[in-house]
Amino acid sequence: MSSPKPAFWTVARRDAVAGYVFIAPQLAGIVTFVLVPLGLVFWYSLHEWNVLAATFSYVGAANYQMLLADPNLPSVLLASAIFSAGLVVLNMSLALLLAVLLDQKLRGMVVFRTLFFSPVVVSLVAWTIVWSFLLQNNGGINGMLAMLGIEGPNWLRTPTTAMISVIVVQVFKNVGLNMVLFLAALQGVPKELYEAARVDGAGRFKQFRRITLPLISPTILLTSIITIVGSLQVFAQIAVLTQGGPGMSTTVLVYYLYQQAFQFHFFGYGSTLSILLFVIVATLTFVQWQLRKRIVFHEN
Amino acid sequence: MKTDLSPRMTVALYGLMCVLLIPFVFPTWWMVTSSVKPISDIFAFPPDLWPRRFDFSTYAQVFELQPFARQYWNSAYIAAVVTAGTMAVSSMAGYAFARIRFPFSNAIFMVVLLGLLIPSEVTIVPLFQMFLKWGMINTHWPLILVPIFGAPSVFATFVMRQFFIALPVELEEAARVDGLGRFKIFWTIALPLARPALGAVAIFTFLHSWNLYLEPIVFLSSTQMFTLPQALTQFTDAYGGAMWNIQLAAATMTAIPVLLVFIVAQKQFVEGLAHTGLKG
Repeated sequence: MSSPKPAFWTVARRDAVAGYVFIAPQLAGIVTFVLVPLGLVFWYSLHEWNVLAATFSYVGAANYQMLLADPNLPSVLLASAIFSAGLVVLNMSLALLLAVLLDQKLRGMVVFRTLFFSPVVVSLVAWTIVWSFLLQNNGGINGMLAMLGIEGPNWLRTPTTAMISVIVVQVFKNVGLNMVLFLAALQGVPKELYEAARVDGAGRFKQFRRITLPLISPTILLTSIITIVGSLQVFAQIAVLTQGGPGMSTTVLVYYLYQQAFQFHFFGYGSTLSILLFVIVATLTFVQWQLRKRIVFHEN
Repeated sequence: MKTDLSPRMTVALYGLMCVLLIPFVFPTWWMVTSSVKPISDIFAFPPDLWPRRFDFSTYAQVFELQPFARQYWNSAYIAAVVTAGTMAVSSMAGYAFARIRFPFSNAIFMVVLLGLLIPSEVTIVPLFQMFLKWGMINTHWPLILVPIFGAPSVFATFVMRQFFIALPVELEEAARVDGLGRFKIFWTIALPLARPALGAVAIFTFLHSWNLYLEPIVFLSSTQMFTLPQALTQFTDAYGGAMWNIQLAAATMTAIPVLLVFIVAQKQFVEGLAHTGLKG
């Protein structure tokens, strides 16, 4: 109505303008807070940056050479790998088990579902603090074990049990999310398929392996991507439970990055570690996305 | 799967689920009950499932040791603004990517999706430098702007796009024939229909903001500005030892309100999350 040249403002043109206006905030945000910082982090990684002396000088690949020679790197990568692998395996299998249990037609399932899901909505740091309290040497868990005549380890001060603790605390916190996604997928499997399989004499386990798993494989793939990428971002739990210790046994990549950049103020080297994190996340996502074609049964 | 479970099987299933529930429910119980124990009872042996003595002064001490009300407000208002902002940005972008034809829309969508590959941990160093340059360190701006417009909102945009793609287009077509503009159609027709997806976006955006930890400790430095997750870790004595009962009182006050909202609205919560854009 306000357009001076009605012939120029066709419906298609109007739509195009509307489209750009609609996406403008998101696109501007991605450019400002994701793409430019990604460029900057790469630029920083090529520099030696001394915050105290306020020097910023180009050093080429020196930070990357330092990365390869970093004596802490193998331990950091190993801790990240153990944490992610342990978390994903435990989380996915427990989520699937709980979803299968909740899928049974029994009374009171909604109550169980609500309770299994409840840690998801408990503040992450609050949840971690309670577990930290429970896992103290004289804390609740060892207290209960002592009542059974078992002497528990000092969970957070022993390298192996510290890693196990960090994984388990995170699994119980978030497994409810994957659980409800699996439950929705299970409920989407047509019941006739099970009937047919039963007529053909397939047992429950066989039905699960041959019908359920293939049909929910798209959900399994998607949740595994989200869970793996999420596992690489773990920070608060480590900071609250172990501060990366004992020794460096629970210092995962993001925690190491935080220490280098924000505790020791090595911004150049911290940026190099950021690039490493980016490469790992991108590679894992890409590989899983490619695997989709091979292992996922169907997609719509 | 089955309705024909034997009674013995039923009992076994209930038993198994009750055992599995322990690590999900017990920590919350232990947090609440320990928060009202005097410090001398906190590590009592054998452990008390119900406090043998009550000490409610821990709750008052939370507010004496930290500007806890202020920190509570910080977390609450940041999460509210981020949730509202994300809903606006992601529903508009999601709608455009799903419904409006414009040049390069697919290419732009791929660029936006890059945000999913670049967690904010990767860009935290340059973001810190940018906000330092803009004079926004020790303000709440980084905790508001980055989630609304940056990487965390991409997932919301993706969910909204998936929802709008699945929504039948006929209603909007009729309105277009009547000459309604795009924004009118979006606002009066598409958005009201998108309530389930918006609900899911609101829930996970709120929880994401409420749980944020790395960003606050990087960007904020004064206790007045702290958010709850950061404040919870500050209840330590002069030697750095944790003041457990006070810390647990603060944790209880942080966790319980959201938990109550969840229990009241659990159906919308769980089903909203389960049925939105995430299914295959």
